[in-house]
Amino acid sequence: MAVKKFITGNFYDEEVLFPAVKKARRAGYKIHEVFTPFPIHGLDKAMGLRDTSLHTAGFIYAITGTATAVGFITWALSIDWQINFGGKPFFSLPAWIPIIFELTVLFAAVGMVLTFCYLCQMAPFVKKDHFNPRSTDDTFVMALEAGDKTNDAEVVAFLNNVGAKDVAVQYKETGWWLGRYDKDTKRFEKKD
Amino acid sequence: MGLLRYESQVRPPLVDGDKDYHQVTEDICRPVEAKPSRLWWIGFLISVALLAFGILSVTMEVIYGTGQWNLNKTIGWGWDITNFVWWVGIGHAGTLISAILLLFRQGWRTGVNRAAEAMTIFAVMCAGQFPIWHMGRVWDAFFVLPYGNTRGPLWVNFNSPLLWDVFAISTYFTVSLLFWYSGLLPDLATLRDRAKLKWRKMFYGVAAFGWTGSTKHWQRHEALSLVLAGLSTPLVLSVHTIVSFDFATSVVPGWHTTIFPPYFVAGAIFSGFAMVQTLLVVTRKVLALEEYITLEHIEVMNKVIILTGSIVGIAYLTELFMAWYSASPYEWYAFKENRLNLSSPYGWSYWIMMGCNVLSPQIFWFRKMRRNLVLTFFMSILINIGMWFERFVIIVTSVYRDYLPSAWSTYYAPTIWEVGFYMGTFGLFFTCYFLFSKFFPVIALAEIKHILKKNGKNYKEKMDEVEKESLTEFSEKHGHDHGA
Repeated sequence: MAVKKFITGNFYDEEVLFPAVKKARRAGYKIHEVFTPFPIHGLDKAMGLRDTSLHTAGFIYAITGTATAVGFITWALSIDWQINFGGKPFFSLPAWIPIIFELTVLFAAVGMVLTFCYLCQMAPFVKKDHFNPRSTDDTFVMALEAGDKTNDAEVVAFLNNVGAKDVAVQYKETGWWLGRYDKDTKRFEKKD
Repeated sequence: MGLLRYESQVRPPLVDGDKDYHQVTEDICRPVEAKPSRLWWIGFLISVALLAFGILSVTMEVIYGTGQWNLNKTIGWGWDITNFVWWVGIGHAGTLISAILLLFRQGWRTGVNRAAEAMTIFAVMCAGQFPIWHMGRVWDAFFVLPYGNTRGPLWVNFNSPLLWDVFAISTYFTVSLLFWYSGLLPDLATLRDRAKLKWRKMFYGVAAFGWTGSTKHWQRHEALSLVLAGLSTPLVLSVHTIVSFDFATSVVPGWHTTIFPPYFVAGAIFSGFAMVQTLLVVTRKVLALEEYITLEHIEVMNKVIILTGSIVGIAYLTELFMAWYSASPYEWYAFKENRLNLSSPYGWSYWIMMGCNVLSPQIFWFRKMRRNLVLTFFMSILINIGMWFERFVIIVTSVYRDYLPSAWSTYYAPTIWEVGFYMGTFGLFFTCYFLFSKFFPVIALAEIKHILKKNGKNYKEKMDEVEKESLTEFSEKHGHDHGA
């Protein structure tokens, strides 16, 4: 992760944003990210993002929970310390279903939320560079990556052409760092 | 694109007034960013006072033991477990609204889900107090957990409904909290980016976990919400089912019935929606959010109330019929003499329950009544009184006369500390709710923006023209293909 150059455009309407995303891809620009104040269905497809596999992770956590519950209760009650509850068998699976179910749900939910936070690199005291604070309010911000060879003027013209407002060249850190939002902290201090 | 958002004019708008995205942010963030009103302070201080009284009551119980309560030989479960079941029941509406209605694609849930989820979490916190303090030696509360202990190892009884409860309630609390908080993250980021004061930037900056709103994150967020909703749906049904097992798996007449799980779940949703109404009728007024929590929302929830109230009514009658039809003299005695008989010691509680839960909600068959705010507020309180009595009836009238008539004589009435404990949980609940309504957006910002162009009043009005077009005209004008 490092500081990179981006050219950002601000869209005031998602109906302008969609064609712009498609045109940007067709024109061969690399879309770093599109920031939106709420989820826009189909935007991930339009940007060419692959589907998330968070569901699969959730399934794996769920069966881990099931296996843990079945395994542990079986071991505790029918192997480690057998207790006779009203003459019922030591391995009384039907009576364990409620706890097996609860642990399945618990493992899946906790696991998925932690995975979500890990994948999105989110945690308390995590700070990230924000391209435009309005993107959590009412506008949609598209950030195009720009290298050394990029003709900035051309990209700026393109963004203006597809309907973006407040087009700007920005240098932003792409990763995260530990910091607070009330202080202007940067991940890397410039040495020169 | 615009027309993909089309929704028939038959459905009334869910957001009133002339709104755009920024206006939504302004409206919903205003109560958070403004100074708390005098009304807020009064309410908050009353809640804290109640909480303090609750803490005193619990302290008395811890010092002197459960003897401070009027529990007796046959009534080992009195007010405390009644309150426990009551609060757990109230804690069901939030997850129902946020999870089940998400799966059913009910757009109106967006106006009320955040507050209802918060309510769920606070209600479950209150519920948890009762079994914990009822243990008497509360410092040994961790005995309910299956840990490798020094006495054996002797494990907890996994076959016991009381242990199922431990797992059900703690899982429910954890999952509800995760669901609520993960939904809050984007809204906290909105507050963070609007913040002007230093402490606000700090507080919401930490709370929002560094959310940026990138498309990839939203994609994962959507997947997470959907799967959590899918998990919470059976979870919410399982929790009150398991609570009902506490009774149903026993052999006490009045408890030993197979109808309990669905009957308890319906009752939980019934009382939960009533509590949502109590809170939202006031919240929308005090925070001036009438354009987001509209009469439409209130009416829809009143429809859920009459549905679940009627299911509960059917359950009461079925239970009564089965008690008679079972030809079990003990079962029938519990119903006929301990409940139906108005002149029996607790007969009055059965009829309060019937009146509040079965008869009174029938007024909501009338549209005018469903849209009457004063009546809705009054009914929501009445229903929760009724639902409290339902649990009281189930618990006390089943056990106050056991198989040994010589043990029948004592009349159970709570002591001041039992009542104080209950009042204290109100204090806890409302203290949390007041803090929530001050520091967090009570309406899901991002979700309202998501439905705004489909369900907002000013956008819906523009769709009038589309309504007039014929189907062929429509497809010719707005048809498109999904190619690259």
